[in-house]
Amino acid sequence: MVNDKIGVYVCHCGGNISDVVDVYKVVKAVQNFPNVAVAKEFMFMCSDQGQQMIEDDIKELGLNGVVVASCSPHLHETTFRKVLARAGLNPFLFEHINIREHAAWAHKHDPEGATEKAIRLVRSGIAKVSKARALESIRIDMPPQILIIGAGIAGIRSALDLAKLGIEVHLVEQLPFVGGRIAQGYGAYPSGKIGTELIDELVEELKKEKSNIHLYTNAEVVSIEGFIGNFEVEIQINPRYVVKECDKFDEAIEKCPIEVLDEFNYGMTKRKAIYYPYPNAYPELPAIDMNACNKCGECVNVCGDAIDLDQKPERKKIKASIITFATGFDPYEPKEGEYGYKQFDNVVTLPQFERLLALSNGKLEYKGKEIKDVAFIYCVGSREREGEHKYCSRYCCTATINAALAANQKFGVRTFHVYRDIRTYGKYETYYEEASKNGAVFLKFSPDEPPEITQSGDKLIVKVKDQLTFGEEIEIPVDMVVLSVGMVPRKTEVVSMLRVPYSMDGFLQEVHPKLRPVETAIGGVLIAGACQAPKDTVEATASASATAAKASTYLLRGYTELDPFIVEVDAEKCTGCGDCVEECMFGSIELKDVNGEKKAFVIEATCRGCGACAGICPEEAINLRGYTYDQLRAQIDAMLEEVEE
Amino acid sequence: MTGDDFRPKILIFAAEMAYRAADAAGLTKAEYPSNTYYIRIPCSSLLRPDLILYAFKKGFDGVLVASSGDDCPFMGEACIEKTSKRAEKAYELLEQNGIERERFKVAGICSTCVEALRRQIQDLNETLQSLGPIKTT
Repeated sequence: MVNDKIGVYVCHCGGNISDVVDVYKVVKAVQNFPNVAVAKEFMFMCSDQGQQMIEDDIKELGLNGVVVASCSPHLHETTFRKVLARAGLNPFLFEHINIREHAAWAHKHDPEGATEKAIRLVRSGIAKVSKARALESIRIDMPPQILIIGAGIAGIRSALDLAKLGIEVHLVEQLPFVGGRIAQGYGAYPSGKIGTELIDELVEELKKEKSNIHLYTNAEVVSIEGFIGNFEVEIQINPRYVVKECDKFDEAIEKCPIEVLDEFNYGMTKRKAIYYPYPNAYPELPAIDMNACNKCGECVNVCGDAIDLDQKPERKKIKASIITFATGFDPYEPKEGEYGYKQFDNVVTLPQFERLLALSNGKLEYKGKEIKDVAFIYCVGSREREGEHKYCSRYCCTATINAALAANQKFGVRTFHVYRDIRTYGKYETYYEEASKNGAVFLKFSPDEPPEITQSGDKLIVKVKDQLTFGEEIEIPVDMVVLSVGMVPRKTEVVSMLRVPYSMDGFLQEVHPKLRPVETAIGGVLIAGACQAPKDTVEATASASATAAKASTYLLRGYTELDPFIVEVDAEKCTGCGDCVEECMFGSIELKDVNGEKKAFVIEATCRGCGACAGICPEEAINLRGYTYDQLRAQIDAMLEEVEE
Repeated sequence: MTGDDFRPKILIFAAEMAYRAADAAGLTKAEYPSNTYYIRIPCSSLLRPDLILYAFKKGFDGVLVASSGDDCPFMGEACIEKTSKRAEKAYELLEQNGIERERFKVAGICSTCVEALRRQIQDLNETLQSLGPIKTT
């Protein structure tokens, strides 16, 4: 079928176009082109008058296709599609041709060339529309329910924002307690509030939103099926073995004979098999670590049926319209011997040092010895020349100085900062100034000659060639060396279930850093916090609130419309080879048996419309709606038609 | 017709981000040769190698696939691999049909990569001027 009554509208853009492109010549060169019913120029096509002219022509002349040649489609494509819809014509029988940015503005010293270009571009649009089909946007219902994976500060922030709008939130946390990495941190800048206090405040809010937030701790996502608007998720809630309240938990914990390294304190202290990671942890019930527990029954003797050592895992099915990943990061774990790590006792990472600050009272002590001098080594596991971590984790400069300031102010510790480059960006520049004023010593090393750590008596010696004093070799005796480690991405299984793309650095990738910063290439899947890239607390919570706002735009309206530009399979041409199935990044094509023959089928709700499957098909059996190969060939043909002088 | 008078016809398949770069080029009045004709496509992975051959056979002197590169809004970095796969096949087709491979270029162009776009166009334009018009059958 050919659309044989096409209206072509060439815009002057008040001279922006017509000062360079001869719009009258363009009209003349296309008015007798095949399938054109009418061609007009007008001063401002986007004005009310311009729009009305097109609307009237569609109705009066019975147009079955429209081409507007004006500015970029990113400005007014939607405007003109609406004109078609108002006139009762399918809005996708339209092509927007850009003769302003792509012709007039780019070639202002070559008006003849610009005019010829405009003619060829407009003809291409006409050829495309002549082969266009009416298309319908794909409407998908979005019941107000969401799954958020990870109950760290980003997951909780996002959950709270959504719950306050009356949206049902399923918040799944793999650990027995909420709070994530922030609970482990010391003074989270800028307020300097202790990490656990920050989480406490959020937990208080969480308790008030119990009717809208279903919190599952010690839980993992087992499977995810479906697509935007209709995800079906199965979770497994692993046993906590503590099943109800009891006022003698403290006694039970004391009686427990098992001691293991406490991962919450990065292995610097020990905890029992029944434990809280820290006082006031949430949920209030302690958890039992069954990998450590020997089922001696001491805790049961104290707490009776509040403890069930035979509790079984539980599976639960959840429905969600949108899924938000707030799965966080891991601190970089230095290699053994990297700056003396695991080689000398008093070499620790920044997260360990922060725990130490949180646990110390009166004086800073580690392994029974008071710490009076600390050297911080920056960029450990960041900005590597070789290896996986070439990126800058960015938060570490500020976090290190923040921790150093706290150590100095609270415990009188002297601090030395051995850095490659340093930037406490934005409003935190004052931290650097304050540290400098308080006697912190800064030494700059070159990555070609990194500092060396050795031991001498009960001191560690940091040997550094200081670039600030033109390469003078300086030896600093200290009680402790703190490695300022970067953030590394977490590879979680749940990410691969949804095929969320990773960036070059291994973090989850957004569609576009500026245009669609919290959405992923998978429809209905959003990312919050440091699973996207290294972020500080401020940035993580900002992105978390952004995902909540983005999710609510779908969930409060109750439906979404997807562009109709998805692929379709011509079953007659399809040989069932399956190349397309392999080529699709999104699992949106599958092979099905039809009367004993294999044929490709498109899962319309998940097709993103890239057309990769069509590009690989050996039979040209797949076409992308709105960009069919017949249309593309017709565009090529039309562009090459002769243009009269 | 060769030499100074020859204005090669260059077809540019502009994927989402590259199309925006062409918008930005106009917006910043960055001039480049006007014998450059865009066809808008969502993603360069859509392009069948035979479509590239078709463009040459119909009379385009040069073809530039302006891909979104790793900024591809559909698949990010994976776009580069898929587009390269198509390009390799297209080069084979061109060779079989006696069309100089220099007439065909693929480049990743981000939404603000105005200079990269201009450079690609200028390079191809110069190459085509020395090669002369395409011989169509």
